[in-house]
Order: sequence, then C-alpha cells, then structure tokens
Amino acid sequence: MTDMTLQGRELIAYRTARFFKDGDLVNLGIGMPTMCLNFLPEGVDIWIDSENGVIGLTGAPKEDEEFDPNVVDAAGAVSLLRPGGCCFDSFTSFGLIRGGHVAVTVLGAYEVDQEGNLANWTVPGKTVAGMGGAMDLVSGARTVIVMTEHCDKTGKPKILKKCRLPLTAAGEVDYIVTELCVLHRTAEGLVLEELAPGVTVEEVISKTEAELIIPETIRSMI
Amino acid sequence: MDKVVSLEKAMEALHDNQTILIPGFVNIGVPETLIKGIIDKGCKNLNIISNNTSVRGRGIGLLVHENRIRHITCSHIGSNTETVEKVVAGEIDVTFVPQGTLCERVRAGGAGIGGVLTPVGIGTPVEEGKQIIELDGKKYLLEKALRGDVAIIHAWKADRMGNLVYRRTARNFNQIFATAADIVICEAEEIVEVGALDPDMIHTPGCLVDMIVKA
Repeated sequence: MTDMTLQGRELIAYRTARFFKDGDLVNLGIGMPTMCLNFLPEGVDIWIDSENGVIGLTGAPKEDEEFDPNVVDAAGAVSLLRPGGCCFDSFTSFGLIRGGHVAVTVLGAYEVDQEGNLANWTVPGKTVAGMGGAMDLVSGARTVIVMTEHCDKTGKPKILKKCRLPLTAAGEVDYIVTELCVLHRTAEGLVLEELAPGVTVEEVISKTEAELIIPETIRSMI
Repeated sequence: MDKVVSLEKAMEALHDNQTILIPGFVNIGVPETLIKGIIDKGCKNLNIISNNTSVRGRGIGLLVHENRIRHITCSHIGSNTETVEKVVAGEIDVTFVPQGTLCERVRAGGAGIGGVLTPVGIGTPVEEGKQIIELDGKKYLLEKALRGDVAIIHAWKADRMGNLVYRRTARNFNQIFATAADIVICEAEEIVEVGALDPDMIHTPGCLVDMIVKA
C-alpha cells in the first residue's frame, strides 16, 4: 500500500528510492539522501557504497549492539557492516566511483540547472568546507540524482537556467527529485516527467527558473 | 631487520618546514601517537597533505590547534570547525583537491608516475591553472603527482619488518600514503614477530616502511 499522503522530504526520499534496482551499488550523500533507506521498495536490496572505503554499511548500532569503532560511514559515524560487506583503501574506493561501478549517487544541491550542472560544495565568502568526494561521485556514478527542496528557504528557485555558484560537476545530473516533481535531464533539456499529488504544471513552472519541457502525459510521483 | 624504534628515535626524522603525508578519514586511521610526537618535538611551519583535518582537538586537529601547519592540501575541512576558523582568519593556507584526485596524485607519486588524467573537476574551479588534455573526444585534467618528505601511518598490526595490516575503514588513505614519502614511519596497535602475518593478507609490504612505533 502506497501512502498517498507523503509530502515534503519524505515524498522526495520515497520517490528517489524508486530509482534503485535490486542489487544496485548506491552512494547516498550525508543528510536527506540517507532517508531513502526508509523507503526502499519491497524486493529491492541495495548495497551502500561509502567513499571512505567500504561497501555494505547498515547504519548506527542500537544501544546494546556490539560494534567495531574502526567501521565508520562517510560522515565518520560508527556503523554496522552486513555479512558480505567489504573494506578497501581510498584509492580502490575512488576507482569504483570514477570507473562507473557505482550505479546511483544521490546528493543535495545549492543550485542545479537545465544543462545538468550541479553546485553543492561551496558558496564563496560563506563556506570553506571543501568538496570532499562530491566531484568524483557526480562525475563518475552511472546515474546522478539530485534530491532537493524545489526552492531555497527564502522561496527563490534552486533549479536554474545556469548555475551561478562554482560547479561540483558540469553536465552530469540525470534526475532532480523535489517535493513538487521529478525532472529528467535529457539531450533536449529538462523534462517534467512526474508531479506530486495536487501539484499543477503551472505551480512547477512558477517556482522554476529553468526552461521545462512539458510532455503530453505526466505521471504521478506516488 | 628489526624496524621497531622508540617514539623519540622516530621523531629524529621530523623537522620544521617538511611536507608530511597524514592519512585518516575524519578521525579514523589517523596516526595520533606520531602526531603527538611531532607536537612534543616542536616541529612547525608544516606542509600537510591529508584528506581532512580530523575533528577539533583530535588527530590532525591537534596540529591545527597548536598552530603547526602553514599549508594543507586536502579535500575537506568541514569536520573540524577550528580548521575552518583558522583558514578564514588566514592563519592556514588550504588547497582543496577532489578526494579521488588526491588518491590518484599520491598514488602516482609513490608509483613513479608524473601525474594522472582525470575528468573530475572539468568545468569547475578545480581546473583553473591546469592543463586540459582531450583524448578520444573527452576532456581530462592533468593532475600532477604528490609526494611527501615523511609519511606517518597508522596500522592495526605490523611485523618487525614493517609488513602492515589495516583494520576495516581505518585503512582509508594509509595504504596509498605509505608509498609516497622519502621516510615512512608507522605506528601500530599491535607489533608481531616476522612470519606471524599471512603473506596474502598484508596490505603494505614491509619494504616501504622505515620505522615502527607502538601506537
């Protein structure tokens, strides 16, 4: 039974999780992307790739569960490792990432545009964290999905004609999933493929700076 | 062929102004015993190559706190708020390198290769000042090899010849960084006799390691 009342970040996570196929190696960015794990479709078992050099993490141990302090996720937090999981060095890890062996990477965005450009690592004059593994992941994964709220906190569009912030990678984004819609970046441009329940084409257009291709049939996100 | 030495003896190889490779991901697999040795010896004005700077007050964060670092080449400093503050204040210079590119550059440095071609960074600020090479219709950045004067390494087990085994995700950058410095010093959680490690399970061959210290 699908919950038709899903909305906001839960709806974004629910829909994003429907891109995963059974057995996929998937890298989930820190924050909202990890919510996808709560919405995996029945019969879909994915393997989590963590760029610090491990496949098969399953999340934080419960209070009385034994754990190994040497097993951490890409945020440095202790995690459990499932049977069949494996650990390797950073060189092997990024070879897997750049080499197209990761099926899907899911990340957030400051800005994303109609050419598939993504900016999610720096705001000049405001942040100095560094790009970490984001550039490698966006350049190398076979499918790049951006999960983001459709507009920023002040209500300005985040889906633009052209990113203004420094890029993470150029022309690599395949799908954008928001609380309003699913956009597919094709050779022709951004196609509005799905709408959230109750959301109209006009609402999406009014909250998007990018030019959108509107097909005859638009599916529901749920 | 016993390479096990005291921390004081190992620190004779460390000096002001050196370029030091320090592995670790956030604060896992960081050689903290050796970092404390560097602080106690008083080395300063260091040029650090690392993935990040641990967390405030731990690991590489100790060198940040004690103002021993002049420049860091790394992929991320966000996990250590003190590093961010010192970079913003202009007390530490930072050069950001994509994490996979950092791996490849250090690997090249340790493997006798001048550099690598990677598509990562094309169309981003990372490409500034670098040569772009087009091969079969695809653009790549020429990223040059990186090496250090010294690499300090954290292993789970070492035998007395320097054969190393890392544990779980504490392996991260240790295996690559152990290949790319003039002097390689390893701290090990456990030091075992030669022959005690299964040859097929050794991650770093002992020929790469110059000195071993008990972590």
